[in-house]
Amino acid sequence: MKAIYALYSAGQDAQRAVNGLRQAGVGDDQITVITVAPMEDFEFSHIGSKNRQWYAACAGGLVGLLFGTWLTRFTELDWPLNTGGMPIVAWWPNLIIMFELTMLGAIVANVGTLLVGAGLLRRRPVLHDPEVSNGKILVGVENPSEANRPALERALSVGTDFQLKTL
Amino acid sequence: MKTPTGNQLTTDLLRPLERTSWRFYLLSAFLGCFVVAGLSAWFYQMYWGFGVTGLLSPIFWGFFITDFVFWIGISHAGTLISAILRLVNAGWRRPVTRCAEVITAFALMIGGLFPIIHLGRPWLFFWLLPYPSRRLIWPNFRSPLVWDFFAITGYLTGSLLFLFLPMIPDFAIVRDRSTGLRKKIYGVLALGWRGTTSQWHRLESAMQIMAVAIIPVAVSVHTIVSFDFSMAPVPMWHSTIFGPYFVAGAIFSGIAGLIIAMAVLRKTLHLQDYLHPVHFENLGKLLLTMSLLWGYFVFNERLATWYGNDPAEMAVFRVTQSGSFAPLFWTMVICNFLLPVIILGIRRTRTIAGCVIASFGVCVGMWLERFLIVVPTLGHKYLPFTWASYRPRPTEIIITTATFAAMVLLYTLFAKFVPIIAIWEMKAGEHPSPDMTPQATAEHRLGDMHA
Repeated sequence: MKAIYALYSAGQDAQRAVNGLRQAGVGDDQITVITVAPMEDFEFSHIGSKNRQWYAACAGGLVGLLFGTWLTRFTELDWPLNTGGMPIVAWWPNLIIMFELTMLGAIVANVGTLLVGAGLLRRRPVLHDPEVSNGKILVGVENPSEANRPALERALSVGTDFQLKTL
Repeated sequence: MKTPTGNQLTTDLLRPLERTSWRFYLLSAFLGCFVVAGLSAWFYQMYWGFGVTGLLSPIFWGFFITDFVFWIGISHAGTLISAILRLVNAGWRRPVTRCAEVITAFALMIGGLFPIIHLGRPWLFFWLLPYPSRRLIWPNFRSPLVWDFFAITGYLTGSLLFLFLPMIPDFAIVRDRSTGLRKKIYGVLALGWRGTTSQWHRLESAMQIMAVAIIPVAVSVHTIVSFDFSMAPVPMWHSTIFGPYFVAGAIFSGIAGLIIAMAVLRKTLHLQDYLHPVHFENLGKLLLTMSLLWGYFVFNERLATWYGNDPAEMAVFRVTQSGSFAPLFWTMVICNFLLPVIILGIRRTRTIAGCVIASFGVCVGMWLERFLIVVPTLGHKYLPFTWASYRPRPTEIIITTATFAAMVLLYTLFAKFVPIIAIWEMKAGEHPSPDMTPQATAEHRLGDMHA
């Protein structure tokens, strides 16, 4: 993997670098910003804010509900047992199992979507610098075109406290 | 009182991971001895059978089920408090959430162990799982014990994930700052986390969803634990108030457990700059509220029983209030109501020490409450002919003691290997979203009030 990036100490410098990259014709989806924590008071932190976590969780919940309904109903009908005069398919107690499986489905789908969507567990090389864990802010572009490199270097060279690096 | 920021914060919170004192080994060994003793007692019980316990007809539920309900209750503080504080975006939650979530995870594991300890043949625990047995009979979904299985496993799964997800960025920090084997281990745990803006947004969304999902699950778990009792037509169990009564009691004891844990962490890991008096004051107020709510529920339960004057219920009522269980009952009232209301109701005594004393009282009181729900009723059912008493034997006492030691040991080990305060969450607090943080929350975030 090739990349060009810079490390900044101040959020303002990182924001200026992001603005510079945009002016150099780089789209938001190509800009990589890496921080040790969310920095929601800066505009750059809103890059990539759209995701489908909620939809996935709702879908997982629905699957859990359907599974819970099937499991309770199927098993009760599979071997009908008369328990305490209750009907064979007893909805009141079944609702408890259905509820628990609905929530479990939502939780598992939510975590699964996070793992896949956030690119966790992936083994391919990615742009990262351990200095980020010391508080630096990384702004860069992965796999830049050679023709565009000088413009990117200029865009990333903002402020006084920065380190320009390439991979 | 200001909270350290930047690299100072990272260094402070990673110190327990990087340096190990001899006290850690000594404490671990000390607690480990209790755990080994507990395991030995359990194996002894498995070998000789339930005759070595004080459990005899008609009192089949004693210390073990008391411990089960108690630990499930303790587990309520963590995830529930953390989830609620996350949803309302309370800034002061940041140093508290992980301390709380860990309690949930470990207390649930310990609590979930008791139904298995309580099985005569624990290796057959898988009979509780929803699978068709050799005779193709599925578990009876109309049994509250099967509800327990679904509720507790669901809550445990959710709580572990709720604890683990926000740990990923912190694992990445440890990974980037270490070398050798430690780097490899934390690298695996970090799951390849980088900290891109997209990852942060997804993590925040995931945590919001988890918070929304885990609150009703937490409430359902203790309601279902209460159903183990209230679904049976037994005096003073068959009550509609048991669901909310148990949930309130669980949150009550859970907050007490959290306050004790935070105070110990603050002292032993030197986290005075992070766990401020305002955190204890806020939790102390919450504990006071729950104490009043607990008193309200007990009054309701007792009044309805007394007014109904049913002979079977009144037998249990009398034995707890003025009979052989009266000393335990009144100790419970003092510990759960009088002590917290007096200490936490007065602002001058609502200090860290005051909160801890009240919390210890609540833990003792809530364990007694669980015991008083389980044992007097079973010993005084409808026919006086079947009345009996219960005396715990050493096996039960050792196992019970060992679980408390196990809880402290697990917590100690966790604090040794994982930052007990979420580093990234503390740093995120330095960059609050202008849209999301109301002024009042920002004020609390700094922890300056009443410092």
